[in-house]
Amino acid sequence: MARAESELQIGQKDGGLMKWINDRFPFDKMMKEHVTEYYASKNLNLWYVFGVLSMVVLVIQLLTGIFLTMNYKPSAAEAFASVEYIMRDVKYGYIIRYMHSTGASAFFIVVYLHMFRAMLYGSYRKPRELIWLIGMIIFIVLMAEAFMGYLLPWGQMSYWGAQVIVSLFGAIPGIGEGLVDVIRGDYSISDITLNRFFALHVIALPLALVMLVVVHILALHEVGSNNPDGIEIKKKKDANGVPLDGIAFHPYHTSKDLVAIVVFMAAFFAVVFFAPEMGGYFLEHANFEPANRLKTPEHIAPVWYFTPFYAILRAVPDKLLGVILMGAAVVIPMFLPWLDRSPVKSIRYKGVITKSALGLFVVAFLFLGWLGLQPATDLYTNLARVFTVIYFAFFALMPWYSKIDQTKPVPERVVMKGAEHA
Amino acid sequence: MADNPDNLDDSRRRFLGIATGATGAVAGAMFVVPFLGSLVPSKRAQALGAPVEINIGNLETGQMARKQWRGRTVYVVRRDEEMLKRIENTTPQVADPDSAESEQPDYASNGFRSLKPEFLVVFGQCTHLGCAPSQRFEVAPPDLGQDWLGGFFCACHGSKFDMAGRVFKGVPAPLNLPVPPYRFIGEDVIEIGTETGAA
Repeated sequence: MARAESELQIGQKDGGLMKWINDRFPFDKMMKEHVTEYYASKNLNLWYVFGVLSMVVLVIQLLTGIFLTMNYKPSAAEAFASVEYIMRDVKYGYIIRYMHSTGASAFFIVVYLHMFRAMLYGSYRKPRELIWLIGMIIFIVLMAEAFMGYLLPWGQMSYWGAQVIVSLFGAIPGIGEGLVDVIRGDYSISDITLNRFFALHVIALPLALVMLVVVHILALHEVGSNNPDGIEIKKKKDANGVPLDGIAFHPYHTSKDLVAIVVFMAAFFAVVFFAPEMGGYFLEHANFEPANRLKTPEHIAPVWYFTPFYAILRAVPDKLLGVILMGAAVVIPMFLPWLDRSPVKSIRYKGVITKSALGLFVVAFLFLGWLGLQPATDLYTNLARVFTVIYFAFFALMPWYSKIDQTKPVPERVVMKGAEHA
Repeated sequence: MADNPDNLDDSRRRFLGIATGATGAVAGAMFVVPFLGSLVPSKRAQALGAPVEINIGNLETGQMARKQWRGRTVYVVRRDEEMLKRIENTTPQVADPDSAESEQPDYASNGFRSLKPEFLVVFGQCTHLGCAPSQRFEVAPPDLGQDWLGGFFCACHGSKFDMAGRVFKGVPAPLNLPVPPYRFIGEDVIEIGTETGAA
C-alpha cells in the first residue's frame, strides 16, 4: 500500500489544477483503478506482453491509417494509382504505407500469440469467460477489418480475394444470392463495393474495435489478470486488501512491457525498412498489378493470417458445408470456457493428454496455414482434411479428455524462479 | 394518484409500457429501412446491368469470345462437331448431366446447354468461388491427364467443366457454369442479358 500511495502524490494535493479536475472528472480514481492500483500477478512471463503489443499495433494502424486516407482515393478508377502515388510521390508515404501493411500482419501475429497465451494458461476459464468472448469478437471484427482493407489497393489479389470471400455468402440457401448483391452493392465487385468497404474499413470497424478493446480491458480489470499458474491471486490478500502475489500495473508491469515494446518495435521496423513485402507473405506479388476482372490470377491465396481457415474451406468438397465449417472454425474457440472441464486452469498443472492435444492443435493450425498458401492438389487437400479433423477434434473432444486427464496439484501461491515467498 | 404507489393501475401501466415498446420497435424497424435500402445495387448499377450485344460473325470454330455483362464475364464458344460429340462422352463423369440443379434459362436446359448447339454461352465464373475458369479445349494435355476431353479448368481450386460448362464429379464447384439469358439477333449477333429470352 505504501508504494501505491507514493505513486499517487501528483493527484493528491489539496488544491491546484488536479483537484479542480478531480472534483469534476474521476481522473485519480480511474488512474488508481486501472493503472497504479491495478494488481496483476508478479509472475507474469513473456507470454503476457502480447496484449499490450496488440494495443501498440492498433495505435500504429489508426495513426498510419489516418495519414493514408489523406492521399488515398476510394474509387476503382483511382485507387491503385493513388496507392502508387503514396509510394512514390508523397514524402515518406512509402514508410507510412509499409507501416500500415506490415502492421496488418503484425496485428495477427501478436493477436494469435495473445490468444494462444489464453489457451496455455486457461485465461478463458471462469471468471474470465466474458473477457474471452469479447476478445473473440475483437478477433472476428479484426478479420473483417483486414479483409476490407485488403480490397482498397485495388490490385489483382485485392479484387479476386474479395470476389472469392464475398461469394462465400452466396452459399447460404435462399437468401445467399441477394445477400451477395447487398454486400457488393452491385452485380460484381466494383467501384461501389470499394467505396463501401472503404467506409467500413476507416470508420465503422475501427470505431467498433476501439470500443471493444475498452470493454475487453474493463472486463479484465473487473476480475483481474490470470497468471501462468492459473491461480486467483485475489484469494490471498494482505491487510490492505492488496493481493499478496500482485504488483501494481504501473510502474512494475509497465516497465516490463516497455522492454517488450522496444524489442517489438525493432523487429517491426526491421520488416518495414528491409522486407516490407516479406517475400510475398505480407504483400502478395499479384497485388502489384491493377485489378483486372477479365483475368483471374493463376493462384489465389489469401494473406497468410487467413490461410488456416481458408485451408479448411478448401478441404470440404461441398460448397455450403465448406463455408459452414470455415465459419465454425472461427467461432468454435468461443466455446472454450465451457468445453474445458479440467479442474486446473494452467497447462503447468494439466496432464499429458491436454498437453498433447494442445500440441497437436498447434501443429494442425500451422499446417493448415501453410496448406492454405499452396495450390489445391489431391495430396494437399487430403492433408488439409486430416488437419481439419484434428482442429475440430481438439475442441469437440475437450469436455472428455480435459476431464479424465491426470492433473497435478496446484500450489497455493504463484511460482517464480529465484523468488521465495516470505 | 401517481404519488401513491398503492393506487397504481398495473394493467394500465403494462398496457402503456407494451404500447410504447411496440411503437418504438416499429419506429426502429422503419429507421433501419433507408440504411439497409441504400445497400442494394443503385439505379445506376441496375442501369449498367442492361443487355449487351456481341458480334460472333468472326468467331472461328474452337474459339472463345468474352463479353462483360453486369460486371461478369460471359464466354461465347463456337463448338465444332468433334467438341459436341465429346460432350456426350463426358456425360457419365459430370455431376449434374441434365443441369437439373444448375442455373440456366429453360431454352438452354438441353444436352448442349445452348440455344443453338454450335454456340455455348456461359458465365465465365466458377460456381465454387467465382474465379474465371480458363479455356482448355485441347484433348489430353500433359497437366490435365489422358482422360481430359476439353473444357474449362479453374486454376483457383481445381474445378473442371466440360465443353457444355458442366461440372465434373469430385471437384469443389457444386454446379455447372450458369447460362445467362440471351437471344440471337439475326445470324451474327447475340444479345446477352435479354429479358424476353429465346427468339
